[in-house]
Amino acid sequence: MTGTTGKPGKPGKLGLDPAEFKRARALARTVGRPIVSLAKKHTTVSVERATLRLAGLQGADADGIPWVNRLTDVVRADLHEQGGLAHGVALPVWDALRRGEADDLATLAQKASAGSIRFRLPEGREAKAATTAARVAVGKGIKRIDARRVERERVIKKVGDAPRTPWIYLIVATGDIYEDIPQAQAAAREGADVIAVIRSTGQSLLDYVPEGATREGFAGTYATQENFRLMRAALDETSRELGRYIRLTNYASGLCMPEIAALAGLERLDMMLNDSMYGILFRDINPIRTFVDQRFSRQIHARAGIIINTGEDNYLTTADAVEAAHTVTTSQLLNEYFAKEAGLADWQLGLGHAFEIDPEVPDSFRMELAHAMLARDLFPKAPLKWMPPTRHMTGDVFKGYLLDGFFNLVGALTGQGILLVGMMTEAVVTPWISDRDLALQNVRYVMNAAGNLHEDFRPAPGGFIVNRAQEVLGETIGLLEEIAHDTDDHGDPPLLAAIADGTFGLMKRPPDQGRGLDGVARKARDYYNPASELLEAK
Amino acid sequence: MTDSQIVRPYGDTTGDGMVQVSFTLPLPHDKVAEGAAAQLANKMGIDPALVVHAKPIGAGYTFFVVYGRVNHLVDVSQVEIVERDYPLLTPKEANAAVKRSLRRRLVVVGGCIGTDAHTVGIDAILNIKGFAGEKGLEYYRELKVVNLGAQVSVPQLVQRAREEKADAVLVSQVVTQRDAHLLNTREMSAAFRESYPAGKRPLLVVGGPRFDETMAAELGVDRVFTRGTTPGEVASFIVHRITQRKAS
Repeated sequence: MTGTTGKPGKPGKLGLDPAEFKRARALARTVGRPIVSLAKKHTTVSVERATLRLAGLQGADADGIPWVNRLTDVVRADLHEQGGLAHGVALPVWDALRRGEADDLATLAQKASAGSIRFRLPEGREAKAATTAARVAVGKGIKRIDARRVERERVIKKVGDAPRTPWIYLIVATGDIYEDIPQAQAAAREGADVIAVIRSTGQSLLDYVPEGATREGFAGTYATQENFRLMRAALDETSRELGRYIRLTNYASGLCMPEIAALAGLERLDMMLNDSMYGILFRDINPIRTFVDQRFSRQIHARAGIIINTGEDNYLTTADAVEAAHTVTTSQLLNEYFAKEAGLADWQLGLGHAFEIDPEVPDSFRMELAHAMLARDLFPKAPLKWMPPTRHMTGDVFKGYLLDGFFNLVGALTGQGILLVGMMTEAVVTPWISDRDLALQNVRYVMNAAGNLHEDFRPAPGGFIVNRAQEVLGETIGLLEEIAHDTDDHGDPPLLAAIADGTFGLMKRPPDQGRGLDGVARKARDYYNPASELLEAK
Repeated sequence: MTDSQIVRPYGDTTGDGMVQVSFTLPLPHDKVAEGAAAQLANKMGIDPALVVHAKPIGAGYTFFVVYGRVNHLVDVSQVEIVERDYPLLTPKEANAAVKRSLRRRLVVVGGCIGTDAHTVGIDAILNIKGFAGEKGLEYYRELKVVNLGAQVSVPQLVQRAREEKADAVLVSQVVTQRDAHLLNTREMSAAFRESYPAGKRPLLVVGGPRFDETMAAELGVDRVFTRGTTPGEVASFIVHRITQRKAS
C-alpha cells in the first residue's frame, strides 16, 4: 500500500529504527501470550452457542429466546455436578441425538426446554461416537463458511472490486432493516465501498442474539442472522448494478461476539468490528470472558476471510489524543498479536486509529500526521482504519467540515486502507442526506487533489513529525514494559493486572468482575469442541 | 431589560436582516426545484431569496443554499432564559462551603445512563483534567466523586447512589436519537422518586449538548445543563443547593 523507500535498511518513511519495532512486537507477544493460554483454558456460553449455530441450530422460542441459548442452558444445568460447561456442549448434545432423544438439533432444543430430556456426559465408545457425530455436524457449518469465502472471491472477480483505497466507509443506522436497505444502497451509489450497519445500542450487553428481521432498534439495527442475510443480498444486487463489490460490516463485540462472528461468516459479511479489549474497557464485560470470546471469534474471521476493524479510536474519545497517543499504538500491537495468533493475516487487520487531537493545540495537524505515519510504518501491510474527528466536532458545522478535510488529507498522505467518512454534523444530528453528500464531496476533493501527494511527501529527518513519532513509539515501548511487569495479588497474567489498575482508557476492570463472568467455564481435561478443533487445525 | 430591544440579523450592514439557510428537497434538480426552494425560503420569511447553490443528490433530491433578507424582527426583551440562580464559586470557596456546612465530603455519583457510551460529557465535568481550563470535580478536595462511566443502568445508578449516600447524581446524555436522552432522564428521575422518600432524594442533575435548560421540571430533575457548561458551574450549583438544603 505504501512504498518502503525510506533510508536503506529502515522501514517506512519515518526512518525509525527497525530494532525498536521488533522490540515493541516482542513485548506485545510477552504480554499477549499468557492471555492466549488463559483463553485456551476456558470456554464461554457464547462459544458453545456459536458451535451449535455452526451445526445449524437456528430459531427462537415464543419469547424470542434463541434455541441455542435454551439448549446450552439445559445442558449446563444437567451437567452441573460435572462442572456445567466444563466439557463443552458438543458431547452431551450429540450423545443425546445418538440416543434417539430427537431427530435433529431444533427438536432436541425444544424437548430440552420442555424438560423432557436429561443430558449426560458420554464416556468411552459413546463419547467417541458423539465426538464423530458432532464433528460432522459442526464441520458442515465450517464448510459453509469456506463456501461463502469462495463465493465472495468469485463475486469480486465477476463484478469488480473497489477501484481504489482507501475504501470509503459509511454508516447506516435507522433501527429498521427495511429502512437500512435503501439507505445502504443509496450510500453505495453515492460512493461508499463499505457499509456498516450500526447495531442497536445495548445489543452488546444482551446475552443472546435476537432472531429474524427486526424493525425496532435504538440508534441502530439489531445484528441478527436474517438482517445480515437481507442486507448482504441487497448489497449484492447493488454491487452488480455499480460494477464494484460493496462490502458489509457489522460488530462482533459484546457478550455474543463468537456467535455474531459465526453468523457473519455464514452470511458472507466482509468486515467485522472486533477489538481485543473494547468490551472490557467500554462495556464493562468481564476480561476473561472477552479474551476467550475474542479468540474464538477471530479464528472464525480468519477462516471466513473477514477483515477485522479494531477499536483504538475509542481510547481517544475518553483520553487526551496527545497524551494517550501511545495507548493507541500499544493496543494496535496487542490487537495484531492476538489477531495473528488466531490465524488472521496482515491484510485482515484493519487496525484502528483516529484524528482526535484538539484543533486548538499548536501543531495538531503535524502530530496527527506523525501518529498516522507511525501506524503506517509499524504495520505496512495492514489496511489501517482511519476514524474521523468526533470529540472536537461542535455545532460549528463549517469548522467541522474543515477539520474533516484535514482528516481526509492525513488519510491520503498515509495510505489508509479504510476511511470512515466524517460528518460535519457529528455532534449535532444523525447524518442527513445532504451531510453525507457534502462529506463524500470532501473526501473526493481531497483524494482527487492530493491522493498521490504521498509520493512527494517525506517528513524531514530529525524534524517535528519524525521526532513526535519516535516519542510515541518510545512511550509505547515504555508502556508495554510497564504492563509486562504488572502484577496483582492473585498472580493473574500481567495484562489482566494492568487492565485492573486502569492502564487503558483510565477504566479499572478487575478480572473477577464485569458482565458475563458467570458465562465463563474452565475447561475440563476432556473438553471437546469440534469448532475449535477444526479452526485450530488451520 | 423590560424595554423592548429590537434586532435583526446582521450580514454586513446594521438592519439588513441577512440570513443563510441550507436544506434538501425531495425533487430532482431542475428549474422547478429551484423555484420550489425559493418558495420555501419566501414562506420562511426570506424575501428576496437568493438560491445561490443547488446540487442534485442522487436522482430524486436536491440540496440548496439560500441567502436572503428576513422580514422578522427579534425582540430581545421577550427572550426567556434560565438565569444562573447560584453564585459561581472557586474550587477553594466550594471546598470551604462544604466543610462549613456538611462537615463531611459531599458525594457526587455520575455516569452515562442507558446505552449511551459517550463519556465525553461526564468526563469533562468529573475527571480531574476538566474542561475549558477548569479542573473537574475530582479536583475538589471536599467532593467525593464516583464516576460510573458508560452504559450504567438506571437501577445500577440508584443502587450506587444509595450505597454511596450520594448528595448529588450527575447524568450525562449525548445520544439523542429518538429522544433517548429525554426518555432516559425521565426513567432515571422516576426511579429516584420511587426509591427515596420525598425530600430525601439526591440532587439530580443532567447534562448534554441537546438538552433544553428550561425542561428541568418536566424531566423531574433539579437542573439541566447544556452545551458549554464548565465543571466550575456544575460544582457551584451542587454545592450551593446542597448547602442550602442543609441550612433550611
